Amino acid sequence: MKILLVDDSRTIRNIQKNTLKSLGYVDILEASDGLEALNFISKERPGLILMDWNMPNMDGIALIKKVRETDKALPIIMVTTEAEKSRVIEAVKAGVNNYVVKPFTADTLAEKIKQTLSRVTAASAT
Amino acid sequence: MDVRFVNAFVGSIVNVFKTMVHADVAVGKPVLKQDHGSAADVSGIIGLSGDVQGCVVLSFPGPVAEQAASKFAGTGLTTQHPDFTDAIGELANMVAGNARKGFVGYNTKISLPNVVVGSNHAEPQSKASPFIIIPCETEFGRFDVEIALATVSSPAGSAVRATAGADA
Repeated sequence: MKILLVDDSRTIRNIQKNTLKSLGYVDILEASDGLEALNFISKERPGLILMDWNMPNMDGIALIKKVRETDKALPIIMVTTEAEKSRVIEAVKAGVNNYVVKPFTADTLAEKIKQTLSRVTAASAT
Repeated sequence: MDVRFVNAFVGSIVNVFKTMVHADVAVGKPVLKQDHGSAADVSGIIGLSGDVQGCVVLSFPGPVAEQAASKFAGTGLTTQHPDFTDAIGELANMVAGNARKGFVGYNTKISLPNVVVGSNHAEPQSKASPFIIIPCETEFGRFDVEIALATVSSPAGSAVRATAGADA
């Protein structure tokens, strides 16, 4: 499965990549903002997106809304410093499937990834 | 400056460095900054806007910044490495973003990070409030977190144009 990482920090993308590799996912695409991510998605639909909220050019919320115009099912995990309840609600309303607050441990991120993908698998089976 | 903001940053620094840098931080007594000069070689800077305005600076000697960035990234990063400023900027982003959890009732946004590298570089000035220095000691040396924040709206949203609470 192809996984798209969207974060303006290459350090965070590298940390996420290491976690994904430990889970057996090696087909990983990287984008540094929402616009770059949209370009990837228009060419090939990933199986999962991990995205930051605060990014230049197009932020995470704008990207989710854009994606959800045409794809309601694509699993999206928001990974962000935005920890306030109102922000989480805003992201859920926009269409995220799961939410990870920075700072995060590798175990937390791995658990959220597994949880999100298992939910999607279960939903598609019904 | 509202002491709750200082406490929020103290908690955030300890949490971010423990989780992402795998380092314990002993936080010293916050003190008022007396001059505008900088002895730092590396500064990670985040601006805050909204109900709470001002800025936050993670201020490091070069070797301490290199250790922090390397432990965070999981690979050796010198100040010359292309990913060095990215790592320091993301640490500043996490410290500021995580501290906002303590700004209960205030609607505040943080800027994208800026990182300055170089001896005796100019530090950002704040019209909002004097800088408070939070000294941070780690196994790889000391760095400072400097915060200058002021409230421009009350938590309920009415304009008060004043700093709130006890002095830190």
